[in-house]
Amino acid sequence: MAKLDLEHVSKEYFDVLKELGNIGAGNATTALAQMLQCKVDMKVPQVRLLDFKDVGEAMGGEEQIMAGVYLLVEGDIAGSIMFLCEEKAAHHLVGKLMGVEAGEGDTFSEIELSALKEIGNIITGAYLNSLSSLTQMKIIPSIPDLSIDMAGAILSVPAIEFGVMGDKILLIQTQFTDEIDIDGFFILMPDLESYDKLLGSLGL
Amino acid sequence: MSEVIKVGMADLKVCKSPDSITTLGLGSCVGIALRDPVTKVGGLAHIMLPDSTQIRNNSNIPKFADTGIEELVKQMTAQGANSTRLVAKIAGGAQMFAFSGRNELVRVGDRNVEATRKKLAELKIPILAEDTGLNYGRTVVFFPENGDFLIKAVGKEEVII
Repeated sequence: MAKLDLEHVSKEYFDVLKELGNIGAGNATTALAQMLQCKVDMKVPQVRLLDFKDVGEAMGGEEQIMAGVYLLVEGDIAGSIMFLCEEKAAHHLVGKLMGVEAGEGDTFSEIELSALKEIGNIITGAYLNSLSSLTQMKIIPSIPDLSIDMAGAILSVPAIEFGVMGDKILLIQTQFTDEIDIDGFFILMPDLESYDKLLGSLGL
Repeated sequence: MSEVIKVGMADLKVCKSPDSITTLGLGSCVGIALRDPVTKVGGLAHIMLPDSTQIRNNSNIPKFADTGIEELVKQMTAQGANSTRLVAKIAGGAQMFAFSGRNELVRVGDRNVEATRKKLAELKIPILAEDTGLNYGRTVVFFPENGDFLIKAVGKEEVII
C-alpha cells in the first residue's frame, strides 16, 4: 500500500511537494532565460491540489487553446511530466527563440512546432534535473511530444493518469515575465510508488 | 428560456428538452449522450477511464465507462425516460499525444471508446452515431429535443451527428 494518498495529503507532505515545485520551476526559469538570452523574472509558483473539474478553470477555461508538451519519465521513478502554456505565449516564445515575429492563431509551422517541442524539452528537463539532484535519483525523460488544442482535451491526459489514483491533480503554476507575462503550468505525474520514493529520498 | 447545462470531467447530468447539455474539451475522455425520443429526456456523461473494476479507488461513479453509463440510465429513468427506448451518440476518445504503445495509458482513448461500446451493447442501447478517435479535442452539445449532437474542434468546421 502506497504511503501517499492524494486525497489525504498531510500538510508536511504537501509542503515538500510545494517546495519541489518551487525549486523545479526556478530551475526551469533559469533555463528559459539562458535559451532566450534575456532576463526572465518569475513569481513564486502556486502549487495546488485541484479536483479534475476545476483544473480547466485554473487555466482560463476548458476551451482555452494551449500548447502542451508531454514527456514520459523513466529511471528510479516512473511517470510523466507536462508543461503547458497559452497559445499566445507559445507563439511569443517560439518567435523569440527563432528571432522572428511572433505568429498568431492556432496554426504553427513545422519548424515552429519543433521549436516549441524543444522549448518544452528544455523547461521540463531543467525541472526534472533539479528534482533528480535533490533526491539523488535517476530520472530519464523521453523525447517530447506536443499538442496544441483545448485545455480540457490536453488535460484529459494527465487527469486520466491521476484518475487511476484518485480524483485530484497536482498543478504547479508559474508566471514568467520577459516582455510579456507567460503563465506556465507544470503537471508532474509520478505513479504512487514513485511519490513514495521521491518523498522517501527526502527523509519523509 | 432554454438552458445549457454543463457537465464537467468525470461528471454526468440529465436534462429535458428544450434545455441542452454540453461538455467542453473532451480529449481522451468519452462523452456519451443518451436520449429517449418519446419523452425527450436526455443525458450526458463525461467518462475518463474504461473500467471501474480495474481500479482500487473506484468510488467516483461518473469517472468510469461501466458505472457512469449505468448511473446515467438510472438518473434518466428517474426523470421519466424509458430505458428500453434509449439511443446513444458518442464522441471523444482521442489520442492527444503520439507516443506509440510505450504506456498502456496512452491508448486510453481507444480503450474508453471500446468500453463504452461494450457497456451500451450490454444494456441494449444502440449507438446511432459516433465521432471518436483521431488526435484532437472536441467540445460537444447535445439537444434532447431532436437528438442533434453538435461537435466543435479547434480549426475544424462544426459538425452535427
